[in-house]
Amino acid sequence: MDMPIPNAAIVACKSAIVARLRSVLPADAVISDPAETRAYECDALTAYRCAPLVVVLPRTTAEVAAVLGICHEEQVPVVPRGSGTSLAGGALPTADCVILGVSRMNAVLETDYDNRFIRVQSGRTNLSVTGAIEADGWFYAPDPSSQLACAIAGNIAMNSGGAHCLKYGVTTNNLLGVTLVQMDGTVVEVGGPWLDSGGIDLLGVICGSEGQLGVVTEATLRILPKPEGARPVLVGFNSNEVAGTCVSDIIKAGILPVAIEFMDRPCIRATEAFAKAGYPDCEALLIIEVEGSPSEIAEQLSRIKAIAMTHNPVEFREAADEDQAKRIWLGRKSSFGAMGQINDYMCLDGTIPVSALPYVLRRIGEMSAACGLDVGNVFHAGDGNMHPLILFDANKPGDLERCEAFGADILKLCVEVGGCLTGEHGVGIEKRDLMAVQFNPVDLEAQLRVKDVFDPAWLLNPAKVFPLDVTAGRRAG
Amino acid sequence: MRPASESELSEMIQAAQALHIQGGGTRGVGCVVGEVLDTSGLSGVELYEPGALTLVARAGTPLAEINALLASERQRLAFEVPDMRAVLGRQGVSTIGGVVAANASGPRRVQVGACRDALLGVRFVDGRGDVIKNGGRVMKNVTGYDLVKLMAGAHGTLGVLTELSFKVQAVPEAEVTLVAERALPQGLADLRAALGSPYDISGAAWIQGRAMIRLEGMAGSVAYRAGKLRDLLGFEEAPSDWAAIRDVSAFARRTGAVWKLSIKPTEAAALIQRLGLEAICDWGGGLVWLLDPSAAADVRGAVAGIGHATLIRASSRMETVPAFSPEAPAVATLTAGLRAKFDPRSVFNPGMRS
Repeated sequence: MDMPIPNAAIVACKSAIVARLRSVLPADAVISDPAETRAYECDALTAYRCAPLVVVLPRTTAEVAAVLGICHEEQVPVVPRGSGTSLAGGALPTADCVILGVSRMNAVLETDYDNRFIRVQSGRTNLSVTGAIEADGWFYAPDPSSQLACAIAGNIAMNSGGAHCLKYGVTTNNLLGVTLVQMDGTVVEVGGPWLDSGGIDLLGVICGSEGQLGVVTEATLRILPKPEGARPVLVGFNSNEVAGTCVSDIIKAGILPVAIEFMDRPCIRATEAFAKAGYPDCEALLIIEVEGSPSEIAEQLSRIKAIAMTHNPVEFREAADEDQAKRIWLGRKSSFGAMGQINDYMCLDGTIPVSALPYVLRRIGEMSAACGLDVGNVFHAGDGNMHPLILFDANKPGDLERCEAFGADILKLCVEVGGCLTGEHGVGIEKRDLMAVQFNPVDLEAQLRVKDVFDPAWLLNPAKVFPLDVTAGRRAG
Repeated sequence: MRPASESELSEMIQAAQALHIQGGGTRGVGCVVGEVLDTSGLSGVELYEPGALTLVARAGTPLAEINALLASERQRLAFEVPDMRAVLGRQGVSTIGGVVAANASGPRRVQVGACRDALLGVRFVDGRGDVIKNGGRVMKNVTGYDLVKLMAGAHGTLGVLTELSFKVQAVPEAEVTLVAERALPQGLADLRAALGSPYDISGAAWIQGRAMIRLEGMAGSVAYRAGKLRDLLGFEEAPSDWAAIRDVSAFARRTGAVWKLSIKPTEAAALIQRLGLEAICDWGGGLVWLLDPSAAADVRGAVAGIGHATLIRASSRMETVPAFSPEAPAVATLTAGLRAKFDPRSVFNPGMRS
C-alpha cells in the first residue's frame, strides 16, 4: 500500500507548527512527543502504521476551527480521527500530518423527545448516544459492530451501517444536521432538527465523505422510540443457494425483519469451536430478528417459519426466552473473534444484489481453493452486504499480499455482479486503488470536484478514498 | 428539445446557453427561464427485481408506469410521491426524474424517509456534457462520495438526471387510520405523542381541526397498535383520504400563494397562529403547507432559525420573492461552488437557482 512521500519541509518545521498549535490549545491537547504520538500510528487496519507529526485533541468547535486555520496557513495535511476503529485505514496518518482527534468532544448538547432528535458532540461513542436516552425508552438506530468504541464523527465520515439497518437505514438516513469546520477554519451549520434540505443536500454528501470535506464537531441525530421487544430465530440450511432464496422470499413477502444475518459453514464451524453457541453443523444459517409486542413478534415469526419451511431447513430454532435469544446471537457476535483465534484475518465489505448471493458465494469458494487461503462468510444478507473474512498468517512472508490480492478479486466480483466495493466500512486506503474498478475517470473526476469546493488545497485526509495517481496533481497543488 | 439518448442529451447541453429542464412539468417551482429541455424521451424501466426490492428506470419514465409495474408485484415506492398538478394548476405526466429532482415525498416520510433515502443510484449529465454515474443498485454503498443525495432535491441545477435506481417496498396487507377532532395546538401535540410511541406510525397529519394517524403492516399488528393508540390518545378508527394530504388538495383551485415549510415540529402550532393563515400539517407538524390569499405574510421571517420555506405557488404580486429560502452565507458559498463545478456555464434551470 503506497502512501505519499511526507513533505520534508513540513517535517522540518515540526517545532514551529507545534508551537503555533500550543498557542491556541490547552497544554494537554497537543501531543508531540514521538513516544506518545505512536499511539495514533494506526486505526483498526493494523497492517499499516505511521506515526503522525503531531496529535491535537481539541474540546470545542472553536478549538477545532483554530487548529484548522493554522494548518491551512501552514499548508499541513490534517487527518481527522474519531475513535480509530476504521477497518479501511480511514484514520491512518502520514508522517507530515496533524491528527485531529475528536475523542474529548463527547458531550450531549440537547435531547428533544418531542422533536425526536439528540444533538451531540461528534466524539461521543455510538453506543453512548443510545445510552443517554434508553432509560427514557429511546435509541439511536445505526449500530456498527464496533459501537461500543466507535465515535459518531467516524460513523458520519464512513456513513456507517450495522446489523439493524435493514429496517432503520444507515447513518445518512438518521442524520439531521452537522456543525462542520472547513479546512480554512470556517464553521458551517448544515441542516438542523427539521427534515430535508432547503437547498442542495450538502448534508448528504458530507456524510460518507471520509473526513475529506471538513471536520464534523457536532451532530443532530434522529432518535426513535424503542420497540416493545425483539426476538431472533435461527434457520439452518444444507445449501447456501437455498438460504439465499429463503432471504429473498422473506423480503418479497413484505415482512420487514430488523436483521437477517448469514453465516456459512467455515464460519459456523470456527464459531462453534470458539463460542459453543450450539449452532447446527450445516452449510448455511440465517439469524432473523423481528421486533414488536409479543403478539406482533409471534405473527411475524409464524410467517417467516411458513416461508422457511418451504425450503426444507435442517433446523428452525425459536427462542423461548431471553436466554435462548442471547444464545442465538452469541455465535454471530463471536464470529469475528472466532476467526481471529484461527489466524489473522482481513474483513471485506463488498455489497451485492441479494439475487447474486448464491453465485458469489460459490465463486468465493472456488477462488479460495485456487489461492489456498481459507475464507469464512458472515454478513448482512437482507441488504446484500457481505463480510468475507480471509484468513492469513501475518508472520508468513507474502501471505498478506496474497490475502490482499484475493480480497481485491472478491471485490471485483462484487462490482461485476452489480454491487460495490464497500457497503459500510468506507474506502480509506484499503479499497482506494480499486476505485477505478467501480468508477470510470469521469465518475471519479465528478467526486474530486466536490472536494475541490470544500477543501481546494486538498489538505484534509488527502491520501484516502481516491487512487493516488488520480489525485496527484491536486495534492501537490 | 427532446433528447432520445444520453449522448444526444450531452450534445444538446454542450451547445445550449440556458435550459429549463422538464420531465412532465407537473411539480417544478420557480420561473421558466431558457429553452425547455424535455426529458420524456429518456423513458423505460431497465431492471426490476421484486425479490431484491430494486427498480432501475430512466429518468423520463412516467411515474404512473412505475407505480403500475410495482403494483403488479404488490410493491410500491415507499416515500409516497405527491401529485402536485391540482394545487399548481398544471397538466402533464409526472416523470420519475422530476420526482427525484424535487426530492418529492409524502406523508410516509416520517416512517421510511424521503425520496433521497430510497434512491440508490443515479446517472446524470452535467453542464460540461459529461455522463456521470454514482451509487448503484444495492442497498448499502459507501464507495466514494454520495452524489446521489446531492442530486436528489437539487431541482436540476447540478445536472440532468438520466437514470435512477430505487429501493422499493412491499405493500403492507393492512392499513388503518385513527382520527380525532382536535384544535391546535393539541392536535399536533397528540401527533407528536403518537410518533414518540413504539407503534411505528406511517402518517401523522392535521387538517381542518382533525388529527389523523396512519398505521400499516400485518393485520394483527395493525389491530394491536391501533388499540394501543386508541387507549393512549382517544382517537377512533375512521375512513380517511391520505392522498388529499399528500397532494395538498385543499389548496387546489384557491386563490393565493402556497408555501411549503419544513420546520421543527414543536414550532408549527405557534407559527400557524402567529401568521393567521390556513394550514395543513403533515409529518407530525414537521411539514406545514400554508395558503396565503393576500400573498402578504412574512413567511420567510417566521421560519428563520426553525427551518426553511419554499414558495411552491407564487401569486402574481410576488415576482421578486425567491422560491427557496436564502441560505446562510457559508452554506450559500458551498452551494454556489458546487454549481460552478457541475455547471460551469450556468446552463441549467436559471429560474430555479434562488
